[in-house]
Amino acid sequence: MTKSDPACAKSEISFTVNGELQTVSVYPMARLLDVLRHELALTGTKEGCGEGECGSCSILIDGTLVNSCLIPALQANGANIVTIEGLAPDGRLQILQQAFLDCGGTQCGICTPGMILAAYHLLSKKPAPTLEEICEGLSGNLCRCTGYMQIVEAVADAARKGAAT
Amino acid sequence: MKNSRIVGASVPRMEGRAKVTGQARYVDDMTLPGMLYGATVRSQIPRGKIKQITFSHGIDWNEFVIVTSADIPGTNCIALIEDDQPCLADGLVNHPEEPILLLAHPDRHLLPKAVEAVTIDYDPLPAIFTIEESENFSQIIWGADNTFKTYLIEKGDVDAAFQTAAHIVEAEYTTGAQEQLYIENNGMIAAFDHQQGLTVWGSLQCPYYVHKALMKLFDLPADQVRVVQMETGGAFGGKEEYPSMIAAHAALLARKSGKPVKIIYDRVEDMTATTKRHPSRTRHRTALDKNGKILAGEIEFTLDGGAYKTLSPVVLSRGAIHAGGPYYWPSVRIRAKAVATNAPPHGAFRGFGAPQSLFALERHMDRIAHALGISPAEIRRRNFLQAGQTTTTGQTINEPIDLPKLLDRALDLSDYHAKKENFAQTNQHANIKKGIGIASFLHGAGFTGSGERYLGSIVGLEACPDGTVRILVSSTEFGQGTNTVLCQIAAEALGLRYEDVAIAQPDTHEVPNSGPTVASRTVMVVGKLVHSAAQGIKNTLTASGKLREPYSPQEFRAACRAYVAEHGKFRSLAQYEQPEEIVWDEEKYRGSAYAAFAWAVYVVEVSVDLCTYGVSIDDFVALQEIGKVLHPVLAKGQIIGGVAQAIGFALYEKVVWQQGRMQNGQMTNYIIPTSADLPPIRVYFEELGNAHGAYGAKGIGELPMDGPAPAIVNAVEDALQVPFNSIPLLPEDIFAALSDGVTADAVTADTVTSEARGRE
Repeated sequence: MTKSDPACAKSEISFTVNGELQTVSVYPMARLLDVLRHELALTGTKEGCGEGECGSCSILIDGTLVNSCLIPALQANGANIVTIEGLAPDGRLQILQQAFLDCGGTQCGICTPGMILAAYHLLSKKPAPTLEEICEGLSGNLCRCTGYMQIVEAVADAARKGAAT
Repeated sequence: MKNSRIVGASVPRMEGRAKVTGQARYVDDMTLPGMLYGATVRSQIPRGKIKQITFSHGIDWNEFVIVTSADIPGTNCIALIEDDQPCLADGLVNHPEEPILLLAHPDRHLLPKAVEAVTIDYDPLPAIFTIEESENFSQIIWGADNTFKTYLIEKGDVDAAFQTAAHIVEAEYTTGAQEQLYIENNGMIAAFDHQQGLTVWGSLQCPYYVHKALMKLFDLPADQVRVVQMETGGAFGGKEEYPSMIAAHAALLARKSGKPVKIIYDRVEDMTATTKRHPSRTRHRTALDKNGKILAGEIEFTLDGGAYKTLSPVVLSRGAIHAGGPYYWPSVRIRAKAVATNAPPHGAFRGFGAPQSLFALERHMDRIAHALGISPAEIRRRNFLQAGQTTTTGQTINEPIDLPKLLDRALDLSDYHAKKENFAQTNQHANIKKGIGIASFLHGAGFTGSGERYLGSIVGLEACPDGTVRILVSSTEFGQGTNTVLCQIAAEALGLRYEDVAIAQPDTHEVPNSGPTVASRTVMVVGKLVHSAAQGIKNTLTASGKLREPYSPQEFRAACRAYVAEHGKFRSLAQYEQPEEIVWDEEKYRGSAYAAFAWAVYVVEVSVDLCTYGVSIDDFVALQEIGKVLHPVLAKGQIIGGVAQAIGFALYEKVVWQQGRMQNGQMTNYIIPTSADLPPIRVYFEELGNAHGAYGAKGIGELPMDGPAPAIVNAVEDALQVPFNSIPLLPEDIFAALSDGVTADAVTADTVTSEARGRE
């Protein structure tokens, strides 16, 4: 992607992020992850591997959980996007976020935004998941600190407290 | 601790709210005005002379800032133990991915192409890649004999003991490299100003290591170098020494360009170029009496250190001291050696040599058990260290540790005996074989020997104008809970509420050098100093007459506020002083190696599927004595996280090497455990206290990395009756061994020497 290459001319795209309409001028093949982080300063979405393995860059696009490092910006045109910044916009933590705090679901924190969005997505599909379903549902998000158990406890705790409602 | 209110409670993680809302600031989240992006041109060959560097056409090189070793104002090295690692190669490369040249540009998307457009011509030199090639002097690539460091630990008359042995059991064990795989890649931002000097912000464990390295590289005084730790997304030792290199590179580019420079590694660069756990080889030769009591041991512990010395001597030391495990050796000879190969230097990783030597020992204990026809539990019980006995370095165990009791509890919790018997029955006709394995082990907390005395760590507590207290330490948070636990300790010591205490961001212009955040030392050593510094604050306030005991948190704040209003901010400093009973002879490697040991027995139950040859873990009991649990949720999180990482070490994580370069430097092909791979890990604590640690705590960060791998492989042997002496143990290794018809009985016949058996 060089500056002089006409095939890479910037285009204008619009999407809704955390309830706000945003219009940005970006290279069409720019990674949505970079657009969020650099154009919109939404740095809560993290990069871990850049190839869709670790899930740190997980966001929701039209209710679907995706790795934003694999999504070309153009593909998000017109989409409704939720990032970690959209979960507690007024500073009040969601039940799920509080459960991550209470249960030890966050250690170094770098996988946490993606992990919370994956859990949020899981609970939206399955409000009362079994432990196995939680483990399966989060298996696309890697964490190197926790060994996952306290994350799984957090999600189960949030489900019990009605996070999905 | 009597009436403790905060210590022992699971208070909210200090920086937790920022982490669950995405507000926590990691280095890649930070941008400075006019900032450039930096990249590194690295060696493509393992060893050779650089003939020529060519900048290809098609790139406007005038747009780039280019730095070579000629741009280094001070000494071209990354200062650590011995300054043998260059910051940028100057004429010679000694491993793949060695940094040669640096580039910076405002558009980070242009950097990968530019890196590729730099062509380096070499005169290749022959290279070596294994411990064996190194010790056979196939090529001399470092010093006179490829040897970074050797240690000899000797106790008793080993040779005489072997003469009288009823049994001698010998075997060799190996462990592979392991990538730390913190989820946040390494990164740094540097800015240079001719008046103020150099500032770097980054993902790192040890601000003062980076500080020391930059002073030497830039020939700057201490006050002209400032190092700030950003929120750090995992480290595990992997951000102990290499961040100095990245900081150096960003700083060189910043100095040359006059602009701030950010270097963020991508995953492949992070995995292929930075440090990993040292590959190891351990040879055991053990003399036993007819009852299975150890009489003597000869242990040879060898590490592959990679191309430069870096931290290898220290990793080797810890591995060697832990090589005897939690057992009593009446006599022992441990020969340890770290050798050079043409791979990127291996470095710090949770456990620091101990997971390697303890894998060997705990496999060997099962080997001995099998050879002598004694159960794995019983052979351990007969040889456990008891209070009053001495370790391999001659350190007397003064704490009232009762290892047989710890073992019994772990066996009970795991229903070991019933399961072992049951599996032996059900395995006969099953296609999924079940097994159960034990590991018992220990981990020394804090720096080894006189290390803490040399460090002389300093901790500060600051009384603030609003009456709160702020902790000043260079100890860093990277997930373990440093911020939280140190604030708990200060709040408890001062009789304050947890929220009345804050901790400063580690910044070498703000905080004293409380030592590196390594070696399971933070809670025990730094925590104790925080406690002392808190006493200093309290004493100042009471001496001033503004505070009288007993007091409420509100009264403390009022007194503190009044004092600061009158006298200004004040600080209480505490410096480490080695207790008199800790005596260490660095020459003979004898004495008190550690102020405290944490002790553990882990029991693992596995299934091995004879269709896929995959091993799954069905149950995991992790029982440990850690002095005092200061924060139950964090302590449990440390254990589970360490166990998970060690399960990866045992069963999944294989670094594939070719010509000294990691071939699978991606998360796609270097496999770590996911949430779907792990069993419930059952964590239990015992608390005996510790006079040398804050509120009786010992270090726990590294302990859980030591035991799982041997316990798992012991369980696999129990399931298949096939011994495995190398990790990682992948399905293809199990398939190969079963295809070859290897059995435990045949291996035992090879490993018990015939003379000894003749004496039975």
